[in-house]
Amino acid sequence: MFAQTYMTRTGKISFNASAQGSPEKIEAVNNEVANILDSKTGDLRFQALIKSFKFERELMQEHFNENYMESDKYPKAEFKGTVINLNEVNFAKDGTYTAKVSGALTIHGVTSNVTVAGTITVKGNTAMLNAKFSVKLKDYKIEIPSVVADKVGKEAAINIETELTKK
Amino acid sequence: MLHYFIHLFMRKTILLFLLFAATTTLSFAQADSLMDALTTGSSSAKNEAVSATFKATRIINGSSVESLGAGVLDFRISHRFGQLNQGASNFFGLDDATTRIGLDYGITKWLMFGIGHNTFNKEDDGFVKIKLLRQKVHGMPVTVSYNGAISIQTTPAPILPAGDTWLFSNKLYYAHQILIARKFSNRLSLQLMPTIVHYNIVDSSKFSNNTLAIGVGGRLKVSKRIAVTGEYYYRLTNTDMLVNGLPTYNAVSIGIDIETGGHVFQLMLTNAQGMTERTYIGQTTDSWAKGQLHFGFNISRVFTIVKPKEFR
Repeated sequence: MFAQTYMTRTGKISFNASAQGSPEKIEAVNNEVANILDSKTGDLRFQALIKSFKFERELMQEHFNENYMESDKYPKAEFKGTVINLNEVNFAKDGTYTAKVSGALTIHGVTSNVTVAGTITVKGNTAMLNAKFSVKLKDYKIEIPSVVADKVGKEAAINIETELTKK
Repeated sequence: MLHYFIHLFMRKTILLFLLFAATTTLSFAQADSLMDALTTGSSSAKNEAVSATFKATRIINGSSVESLGAGVLDFRISHRFGQLNQGASNFFGLDDATTRIGLDYGITKWLMFGIGHNTFNKEDDGFVKIKLLRQKVHGMPVTVSYNGAISIQTTPAPILPAGDTWLFSNKLYYAHQILIARKFSNRLSLQLMPTIVHYNIVDSSKFSNNTLAIGVGGRLKVSKRIAVTGEYYYRLTNTDMLVNGLPTYNAVSIGIDIETGGHVFQLMLTNAQGMTERTYIGQTTDSWAKGQLHFGFNISRVFTIVKPKEFR
């Protein structure tokens, strides 16, 4: 059924939401990101459980889930989009290609359209996706109380690294 | 005639609508088949454990089902001030504080231990808490932990008749608790704590060496970062126990949890001045009815000693 699909369940998404100049690192990593790509249509999907984001400090992780992301209410972050310059990516030939992706990103129950530039590295039966971009917490209605405003930044820098295997 | 046109119009609209519906469902089905492929195989979402039943490892005086994460060290300072009704001359009890300083450590996510020193009765205490069951979104309705505590009262031995010796074992007390908690909603969590406290020595042979009690505790979040808490230990036996000739009462406490960045503040009003199970459950000599209340707080600061594997 998915002749042209590449997929993984162990993709990595990390983010850094530390305020500028703050010594306290607000960073987390999720190594259980599900990601699927249809190389024929360019359709791209990401799905990440919010509770699978791991922090160095457990208490921070609890606060992230309880107070900021409300992960009982909004358990997942999702992306539904497409590679818009699909004709520039040759899945038959090994190499690193610049990819432009556009679609709907849903975080904290709020969906907004994003366009992100990244790379697709084709190597045999695998495709590695890499992208770095930032989201404004305000756009996703993630409230930062003033007491921690010097620690939590207004934006989160997101880093995506997934290695998909052809099905 | 008009009737005929309306009929035709309706038919076309319905056809168009059906066609539109069919195409959109088709495209939806196609668009979602990829997302569905991601959703269906994910194992973790289905049997997820419920987290953050309580904000801290203590509800007020007693333990909650919560434990520290693996490799997390918790430095705790707790104060219980003197009786509020002592009046202005004693600054409403603030001149007369008791303190517990303690260190807790999480060995694994289901096993933690802690040690502490109390100025009240010069008591050293230690405990082990084991998480036995975890509440799940589907299935297991409760989280269950075992809390086992020991304490050593290090006050000087009483004056004894010649020839008698004050055994070390006389200083020891034990407590065993089963903590059963359920997070009913994001706001409300309740806990039951069947408890047995064993006193190696009691003031008189009239009293049993074992006090059985059942505790009830809970928290209600009033905002994302503030919760109201309550805790009550009802003694089933040994209610007539006297301590230094004073009658004892059941411990009743109300509190507020305030969460800031790296720590949780717990403020409370309680009739118990001791902070070990053997004192607050079985040997509370102050009473709410007489206004013998103590203001107090717990402060906890956690440190990550062993980093999670993602950060090594």
